[in-house]
Amino acid sequence: MEKQLMTFHVNGETQEVAASPTHTLLEVLREELDLTGVKHGCELGQCGACTVLVDGSPMLSCLMLAIEAQECEITTVEGLAQGNTLHPLQQAFAERGAAQCGYCTPGFLLSGAALLAENTHPTRDEIQVALAGNLCRCTGYTKIIEAVELAAERMRSVSEAH
Amino acid sequence: MPIRIVTTRLEFEGQVYEQRVVLEGDEPPVWDAAADLHVVGKPTPRVDGRERVTGAAQYTADVHLPGMLIGVMLRSPHPHARIVSIDASEAERVPGVRAILHRFNTGDLKGTSAGRPIFAEEALYQGAEVAFVLAETREQAEDALRLIRVEYELLPFVVDPEAAVAPDAPRVNTEQERNTISDEWPKTYERGDVEKALAEADVTVEVTFETPTALHNAMETHGGVASWDGRTLTIWSSTQDVFGVRTQVANALGLQQNQVHVIKHYMGGGFGAKFGAHNSGILAAYSAYTIGRPVRYMLDRTEENLAAGNRPMSRQTYRLGARRDGTLTAIDLRTLGNIGALGGWFSSVGLPAKELYQCENVRSVDVPARTNLGTQASFRAPGVVEGIAGLEVAMDELARALKMDSLELRRKNHAPRYQLIDQPYAVKTLLEAYTEGAERIGWATRDDEQRRYPLGRDGHLRRGVGMASQLWGGDGGPPAQAIAKLLPDGSAVILTGTQDIGTGTRTVLAQIAAEELGLPLDAVRVELGETEFGVFSPPSGGSMTLASVGPAVRMAAVEARKEMIEIVSHLAEAPIDALDVRDGAIINRETGKEMGSVGSFLQQLEGHEITARGMRGPNADGVIVRTFGAQFAEVEVDIGTGDVRVVRIVAVHDCGRIVNPLTFSSQMEGGIIQGLGLALMEQRFVDERLGAVMNPNFGDYKVPTIRDIPEIEIITFNHPNERANTLGSLGAGEPPIIPTPGAIANAVAHALGRPVRRLPLTPDYILNLLNGGE
Repeated sequence: MEKQLMTFHVNGETQEVAASPTHTLLEVLREELDLTGVKHGCELGQCGACTVLVDGSPMLSCLMLAIEAQECEITTVEGLAQGNTLHPLQQAFAERGAAQCGYCTPGFLLSGAALLAENTHPTRDEIQVALAGNLCRCTGYTKIIEAVELAAERMRSVSEAH
Repeated sequence: MPIRIVTTRLEFEGQVYEQRVVLEGDEPPVWDAAADLHVVGKPTPRVDGRERVTGAAQYTADVHLPGMLIGVMLRSPHPHARIVSIDASEAERVPGVRAILHRFNTGDLKGTSAGRPIFAEEALYQGAEVAFVLAETREQAEDALRLIRVEYELLPFVVDPEAAVAPDAPRVNTEQERNTISDEWPKTYERGDVEKALAEADVTVEVTFETPTALHNAMETHGGVASWDGRTLTIWSSTQDVFGVRTQVANALGLQQNQVHVIKHYMGGGFGAKFGAHNSGILAAYSAYTIGRPVRYMLDRTEENLAAGNRPMSRQTYRLGARRDGTLTAIDLRTLGNIGALGGWFSSVGLPAKELYQCENVRSVDVPARTNLGTQASFRAPGVVEGIAGLEVAMDELARALKMDSLELRRKNHAPRYQLIDQPYAVKTLLEAYTEGAERIGWATRDDEQRRYPLGRDGHLRRGVGMASQLWGGDGGPPAQAIAKLLPDGSAVILTGTQDIGTGTRTVLAQIAAEELGLPLDAVRVELGETEFGVFSPPSGGSMTLASVGPAVRMAAVEARKEMIEIVSHLAEAPIDALDVRDGAIINRETGKEMGSVGSFLQQLEGHEITARGMRGPNADGVIVRTFGAQFAEVEVDIGTGDVRVVRIVAVHDCGRIVNPLTFSSQMEGGIIQGLGLALMEQRFVDERLGAVMNPNFGDYKVPTIRDIPEIEIITFNHPNERANTLGSLGAGEPPIIPTPGAIANAVAHALGRPVRRLPLTPDYILNLLNGGE
């Protein structure tokens, strides 16, 4: 298929890419933009490893054509930190051991970030519902829940301080 | 330093091997219970946590090299077929296609299965390699793949293991007469006289228990990226064994070992399926070498589930005999297992029967069935998870027959010594684990709920409590080496060739080195996962990594520290005995005063780096080192829907000294949840008429999600096992998964008031049981 010029807004920057219109967002982010924090897990929309934010909502980038994501704001794990300052969720995942092998972690972080952007008081049940589409084979999930709770608590205390 | 060659005993996944290894120098004395440790034993976040949460950690599939070709595989759709011809001419004309490899143009390129060519004349299972396409892009490769014309001659096949070992079964492989490993199989272990003991027993029970074929489904699939520069073949491999990959690739390509550089900095899990390069890695290396372009080949999820290993099913038939007072007098076990098309070993399903309980008369018959399905691979405590589940379910049935409390029955038959060869255990705290776990789960009152709600809460929710025991090795052994380098500024680099497969190896090794070097944790960097600068380390598996590599790192750090102190003693004109190092500073022991940082001394020298080597010493003779433990499960069964919810797990495991309580608890939680998956939902389905796997993906093969997890309580004794190694630590990778399925099965049986006969305990099975089925 002939390549087509596409424009994306990724992690706050506008990028032009020539890619096949048949390519998924996952393929374009990884192969064309070198954003390899976005992971292949199944390419069937079943594991959540490729989750990115599209206009703030978690999307499975393996199921979305890149061409559909033009003009949208896309956030990958590489765009979560502000410079050298980690997002509270990244910080909490690292501190609490919520990333074990780490392969599923970017997907969890983005699903979690979307949750916390809307709700900084999530209940355990709300966390479980928000992250139910992300599979992890190592951690047993307990530390992931703890990390989301810790990040939420820190984000609340920061916003209350302001 | 003079070397010596010693023979050491290595126990790996239930098998004992004698190995000759080279050792040099002496290990430091063991860290006993009184050791004053500052870094080891503290909950420590992963030293590479940042890379893992920012996307910076580079996994194999993330390696992108200029000019890299992408590989895709055409796999056999048939369970057994002869490949008569392959016409790739049309496929070769697809733009961007650079090569198509198959049995007619790769000679006898050997794969990782027992000298067999990767592209064999016979495809022995659905998913066997037929043709490998290399193209500039994946799309081009996939377009070409669809144009390859293969003529298959379909051959008779068998996928059911019992049918495969029947006398008139079709041959799985026409080159082999019998559908098993070799003529030595089935194999029988026997001690005492089982038939006589069963005939004389007051009470006997017979239990057949089946466990499913489970798929590893590490989040990262198998694969490799390879590059050949005319001199060195570099391969990035998602592997638990970089040195094993080096040997396999060198042998397959006819290269010297010094021409093969293996890299695995990060990997997305292995769970036992990634010992070696896998055929995917061999093919990436071979095509990079022959074409002269870098090559990437990662399996997709379906390939992963057809052709990258599994925990094979087991059908275990027990006959237990006991005296009226509960004394076990006989254990008889037949285990049927499905090793797949090319399996060459049988997992240790019989180990618990031989070892867990005191019993003079034990027989265990292993029946491996070869079938036209993907080959088995080690999977976190292979065989022992299944064997514990079967034996512990049978023990609960024996307790019911004896009208005895099942925990009391276990205590009564506790084995104080190792029975396969008469030797003592270095440490055995199983009885303490029973007591601790029973108290926390409320074992004594476990029937109260059922008395209060005979029909279940709300008329449909029945609670039950069950337990199972755990045993495993995990003591590690030589050979394992490490190098400690102290740089002029007083910071340190630790080099090993081990792998961090997600468990936290980098972090615990950094803690051990920091402890002995007297440096803060952030002054120590651990490098691993490379053959080129790393030094020999064993595969990461069998819960052996910490217990093998940790002592080598400790010894290297001790030796480096000795040289550091000696240097400071010269420079400061102070006696060696008066010097100590703590938190990066040299201390005068007599005055307690800081004399300056380590770096302030080393920098006085002209560019000196201290380099010291450490080696894991031999295992202790005459003693058996084991981890023991027990788990207690509380479940709730909905008798209307058949749903089983695990409410709580109390896990008590003795892994000796805990180096890092944070990564330890991660291992515990992760193992328990994988065990919960096996207990409740994981099973590969095979259509026996087609010989095809029906659920090779995450949609149809269910693994636990974040909504399935119970409350988990972890208890460990944290006493050094002083006979294990100089850390007093044992591995924690496998212990937590071992008792979970058995504990859940016994809890469900308790909830329902009737025995369960298989895993997984899916709603359809539970409803069938409630309707009087088996």
